[in-house]
This record gives sequence, structure tokens and C-alpha cells, in this order.
Amino acid sequence: MTTASRIERAAVTDESVGMSYLDRVPRRIVTVWLPLLVFMFVLLFPFYWMAITALKPNAELTNFNDYSPFWPSSPTLRHIKYLLFETSYPGWLWNTMLVALGSTFLSLFASVFAAYAIERIRFKGSRWTGLGIFLAYLVPPSILFIPLAVMVFKLGIYDSKLALIFTYPTFLIPFCTWLLMGYFRSIPYELEECALVDGASRWQILTKIMLPLAVPGLISAGIFAFTLSWNEFIYALTFIQSSENKTVPVGVLTELVRGDVYEWGALMAGALLGSLPVVILYSFFVDYYVASMTGAVKE
Amino acid sequence: MATTAALSRPAPRETTLAERILQDRNVLGILFMLPAAAFLFLFLTYPLGLGVYLGFTDTRIGRAGVWVGFENYESLWGDSVFWLSVFNTFLYTFVASILKFMLGLWLALLLNEHLPFKALIRAIVLLPWVVPTVLSAIAFWWIFDAQFSIVTWSLQKLGLVQGSINWLGDPQIARASVIAANVWRGIPFVAITLLAGLQTIPPSLHEAATLDGATSWQRFWHITLPMLSPIIAVVMTFSVLFTFTDFQLIYVLTRGGPLNATHLMATLSFQRAIPGGQLGEGAAIAVAMVPFLLGAIMFSYFGLQRRRWQQGGQD
Repeated sequence: MTTASRIERAAVTDESVGMSYLDRVPRRIVTVWLPLLVFMFVLLFPFYWMAITALKPNAELTNFNDYSPFWPSSPTLRHIKYLLFETSYPGWLWNTMLVALGSTFLSLFASVFAAYAIERIRFKGSRWTGLGIFLAYLVPPSILFIPLAVMVFKLGIYDSKLALIFTYPTFLIPFCTWLLMGYFRSIPYELEECALVDGASRWQILTKIMLPLAVPGLISAGIFAFTLSWNEFIYALTFIQSSENKTVPVGVLTELVRGDVYEWGALMAGALLGSLPVVILYSFFVDYYVASMTGAVKE
Repeated sequence: MATTAALSRPAPRETTLAERILQDRNVLGILFMLPAAAFLFLFLTYPLGLGVYLGFTDTRIGRAGVWVGFENYESLWGDSVFWLSVFNTFLYTFVASILKFMLGLWLALLLNEHLPFKALIRAIVLLPWVVPTVLSAIAFWWIFDAQFSIVTWSLQKLGLVQGSINWLGDPQIARASVIAANVWRGIPFVAITLLAGLQTIPPSLHEAATLDGATSWQRFWHITLPMLSPIIAVVMTFSVLFTFTDFQLIYVLTRGGPLNATHLMATLSFQRAIPGGQLGEGAAIAVAMVPFLLGAIMFSYFGLQRRRWQQGGQD
């Protein structure tokens, strides 16, 4: 509800012309359009290069003199076919999906209660708990991976998907809690007070009033958590040994490079296919994404 | 009807002790916090402590270590590779953060202009940030290939360079290359968040300044930048934090080479701990990151935050 209105507000400001009508067209081309085009080109070029490399036959990949490097003259799906049928790539996709879904649900479950408690129950010390959650978000995985590796080994979940499902929430829970706290804050107190007066318990208020209202916030937290776990690398690299349990980023990097033979076509196809799910997910929810990102940072 | 219904309502029933305890906000709060708190204590706080402990032991993979005091730190103190990685980390963080900030701010200002297809442009701009870092880094790996780099080829065709460029093989060029890839990935986040900040600046301020004869540069320097400074502080703190602890990009592009010229503290810690098996030493490097990290965060947060009062306090 409020996210929607926030987006609407953003849309209104998007339409504001500001003082740009004062600028002449030639001047705008030089000061706005030209730099913007350069930015777009630089930001998009690696994806373009990734895509056409995935489609080029091997002969064209390394021969820039006889073929134009910027366009595949005889596009082929060989690399994608190789990736899907001769490597464990589909398995890695499946693993990444499972791990991302599992850790996302686990984190959302814990975060909703935590965010509601910190923001609305306002128990003694809730402010400090909120601060602690924020600090927990600042702890980088590159400091935690060694002790976590020791723990994962002792718990006997080394080299299994469970190791990732249990460790990803270390950064997902603080992040989701923080996001949802901002969201709960935007829901008016009066709704809860009405329910309290009517004799609802805290549990009923949470499940019957707050959660339905917070669905947009839950969706954006879920998308964020899903993309974050899809992108995660260092834990997956450290805790997973066997090929069949690897996630896409780790699998592509460690299994598709054999010695000195770089299968560039297959590597690029793997990178492209591995990016697609998050890009598709994100393109559907880009408005939620932008709104919650800026909302979260503004706190 | 309504009044009679209200009058004939039975007296409030006795609440049991359990119910009363559950209505207490402190008990309820702790109960609701339980899943998240238990999880974070087990998988975040405990490992943090364990990491500090491991730094004082000579644990290896497959062998529990014994307490060795400051031995790991002493050997790191005399380790030139460690100091090189500290230097690299600072250089990487400093240069990449400044470039990300300047280019990101520029892009945000461009996106704040009145443009057609604004939503589409904004969606495209965010792409590098959404795509998994490792996968886009693989694309950069190919772009920076020593023999078949498209950038080298284009520069050669334009007549700007003669021979080939060893993007990831020459120490200085490799540093520049990894920074470029990091900046490429970081610009969207900075730009989109600063754009949100720009949209909260009322246009009337700019109009008033223009009427008073301010040039566009003066308006940027005296209106846009001060109004934006709180959000700049937050964005740059995050940017510094994530750049300082970066691992993925370096691991994909150079693994710390050539001649350790691009080894960051995070990659060195990984290399010593996991392939090298020296968990204790790796943990010590990771712990050594913490004070530097705190310093960098403090610097970017407090250094950039001074002018928060101009916005009338916090948010």
C-alpha cells in the first residue's frame, strides 16, 4: 500500500520538468544525452559481449581479422547445448534455486517476527536490538567464512546444501529485518490500536492486520534475499567440495575452466544463463526494488 | 441494539497467568525476537568470537590447533606479502570509492534530468548491480584477456596502441583493471540511491537561486551537494565497506596475481586458510581487517556527515 504510494510519488517527481526547459536542445545533447549514452554503453557492453561470445562458434572467438568481433557471423547454440547436456550445469542451477529459496524463507520467517518486535512491540531494549541488527548487517562474509567453515565441518553439514541454507541467513536476516522495520514503521499505529481495543491479541494483530498490509514489503525483502543468495560466492566456494552440490557461480568458475583450456563460449553461456533468473525476477519487480533500496538506505 | 449488546456483555473473564505473561510487551518481544536472535547468535556472533580465537591458534584443516598467542600476528608483521595486501586493499578501496562516487553522482544528475523512457533507462542502469558479481567478472575476464581482448583490438584499430596490452598480467595495469571492473559494478548502486536523494530536493531552491543569478555550477555546489550530503555519507559508507572486503572480483580476475599486486586482505586470508590449509593464519588476517575496516567506516561516515543539521536532523 505505502510502497505503491511511494512509487506513485516517485512517478510524480519523475514527471517534473524542473528547469530543464530553460536549456536549448543542442546544449542538452552535449551535457545530457552524450554522457548518458556513454554511460549506458559502458554499463551494457559486458553483457552484450557475454551474449555474443556465447553465440559465436569457436573459430570466430579468437579470429578478429576474418570475422567482425562485434557480431557473430554464424551464430550457434553449440555452447549452450554443451552446457546443458554435457556438464552438471542444470544441477548447479537447481542447487542455487533450492539454496536461495530455502535461505530466503528461513530468513523471512525470522525477520518478520524480529522486525515486528523491534518496531511495534517496543520491548525494553528494542532500540539497542535494532542497532545490533544494523551492525550485524555490516559484518562482511569475508571475515566470517573461516570460523563458519570450522563450524560447518563440526556440524557435519560440510559439502551439502544445508551448509549454505544455514549460513546465508547470517547476512539475509539482518538485511530483511532492517528492510521490514522500515516497512512496519510506515503502517499507521491506529490500525493496531483499533484491533487492541477490539480485544485482539498480539498474534492476531500480526497475522490478521500487519502481515496482509506488509505483503509488498515482504515481496521486496524476499526478492532482495533471493538475489543476494543467488549472487553469494565465498561461502559456496568454501563449504562445497563436490561438483553435484555446487551453485552456479562456483560451478561455472571452477568446473568449466580445465587447466589452460578456457572454454570461453561455454563460460559466457554459463554466465548468461546464470544471470537470467535474477534479471527476469528483477525486471518484474524493478519498482519495488528501487523503492525499497532507496527506502532502506534512507533510514 | 448496539448499546444493549454492549451492556449485556459478560464481565471480562479472568485472565490466566500465562495469558497475562504473554500480554507483557517484554516477554512478547523476546519471544518474537527468539528465532532471529538464536540464529544470529549461533551463526554470526559465535563465529566472530571463534574467528578471533582461531587467530590465536595454529589450527590447520583437519587438525585442531593449540593456543599460540600472538605468533600468527608476529609472523604477519614480518610478512611483506601481508603488508602488500594491506596497501593494495587501501589503494583499491580509495581509488574505487572515489571513482564510484564521482561517476555515480554524475550519472544520478543525468538521470535526474527530464528524459523520455526514464523507467527503462533506470532499469538498465541497475543491471550491473543485479547480475551476480562472479558472472559479470567472468565477462570482464574475457574482455581483459591477454591475447583476444576486445578493448585492445578496438584501441589497435583506432590506432591508439601498437602492441598488445597485458591487462591482468602486468602489476600496475592489473590493479587498474580490477579497479575498473569494481567501479563498473558499483556505479549503479551509488547512482540510483543518490538519484532518490536528488528527487527529494525541492525544485524551488534551484529556481530561487537561478533568479538570484547563480550559475549551474554554483547551484550544484551550494544547493545540490549540501542537500545530498546525508545520503552521500550513507551510500559511501556502504560502498567503502563492500569494496574493502571485496573478494569475488579479485578471485575471478587475478586470484591476487601478478606478483601479489592485486591481493586484497580478503583474498590473502582465503588463500592462506583454504587452499593453504592454515586456518589460524587466515583467521588472523581476517581479524586484522577489522580495525582497518572500522577506521574506514568511521572516516567515511563521520567525515561526510558533518552537514546533517542542514537537513534538520536525522531523516
